[in-house]
Amino acid sequence: MTQLLTISIAAILTHNIALTYLLGMCPFISLSRSLKTAFGMGIAVIFVVTLTAAINWPIYHLILVPTGSELIYYIVFIIVIAASVQLVEMLMERFFPPLQASFGIFLPLITVNCAVLAVSLFMILRKYTYIATLSFAIGSAVGWILAIVIVAAINEKLNLIGDIPKGLKGPGIVMIIAGILSLAFLGFGGMVRIQ
Amino acid sequence: MVVRRLFGATGYRTVKNGVWGDHPIFSMVLGICSALAITNKVENAIAMGASVAFVLVATSLIISPLRALIPLRVRIITYMIVISSFVIIVDKFLKAFYPDISEAIGPYVGLIITNCIIMGRAEAFYIQNKVSHSVLDALANGIGYSYTLVGIAIVRELLGFGTLLGIRVMPGGWTNWVVMSMAPGAFFLLGIFLWITRTAAEIEPARRGS
Repeated sequence: MTQLLTISIAAILTHNIALTYLLGMCPFISLSRSLKTAFGMGIAVIFVVTLTAAINWPIYHLILVPTGSELIYYIVFIIVIAASVQLVEMLMERFFPPLQASFGIFLPLITVNCAVLAVSLFMILRKYTYIATLSFAIGSAVGWILAIVIVAAINEKLNLIGDIPKGLKGPGIVMIIAGILSLAFLGFGGMVRIQ
Repeated sequence: MVVRRLFGATGYRTVKNGVWGDHPIFSMVLGICSALAITNKVENAIAMGASVAFVLVATSLIISPLRALIPLRVRIITYMIVISSFVIIVDKFLKAFYPDISEAIGPYVGLIITNCIIMGRAEAFYIQNKVSHSVLDALANGIGYSYTLVGIAIVRELLGFGTLLGIRVMPGGWTNWVVMSMAPGAFFLLGIFLWITRTAAEIEPARRGS
């Protein structure tokens, strides 16, 4: 139990997937203009990251390893991700139309969000058990939301002041904000340790 | 212009767009995950740039000849399968011949699959253009991507470790800027690179007009 908690806290704070591993940065640039869209995308990411990690782990350990076909796991993982995104989209459209209206537009973008594939790759690399994988996936997704929401909030306020050099507007200033935030998150280092 | 004579007017435009005009990182801000994550050492940046360039060219060689055969509705999944097949080849190649680099850039090789540059070029260019132009575009984008990665990596390795390609270049009294070899340094440096290139791109058309 302690180990599971350690894994999630490490994934949220000390080994934040966006600010330490620098993953999932493409949506950072395009979505961090407003807090509301950033949050919507974040919720969609939690959903998809957990779902795909939960599907990919049994596929890798129960099908690919026994048949000796670990070689093709990249292809399998990316197809699972694309398919589950499609499935979630269809289910939401059918059963939760209001939810679909609020963050459905972000779903197709998630397929190419590197954070989703990265969680599946890290779980293989670090040899997590099934339960550990789930807590790592949820932790990573929460950490990603935390990062994008803070960056979006700061960016929104900065744009109101509007005193940014011309060449730095847009992606440039997002990078600088993320850099300062990442520096701040370094302060959490040493709190927990993962292998 | 040697390039213009070699490839003709359309080819020249393709190369120029890939290397500067529509530069994948500066202009479109795509594929920055890897640009940030693996640029702490020059050798990693070279390996990553070469890998992406290889996957780009190989993908263009498959997608472009088959563009009439790929059904519109399943084209995205087709790109993904083609790209991930080549990424597997790159991954195995690095593991076999450069185990140290493969260890250092670890999962980021696999993440070439979700590097938006390749998917973006496939969707925007290879699915519509003939093979020779597509390959040229792939090469130009690969070069544009690689030189940016190596440029960022040179600054980061020089300041963060005091070395270049593992050889010590800074004088003895140099204190390493540890932050440059960590995540915040990557963010700051890419931010500054974007600032410089965007300012330069603003100035360029004005100069041409005068």
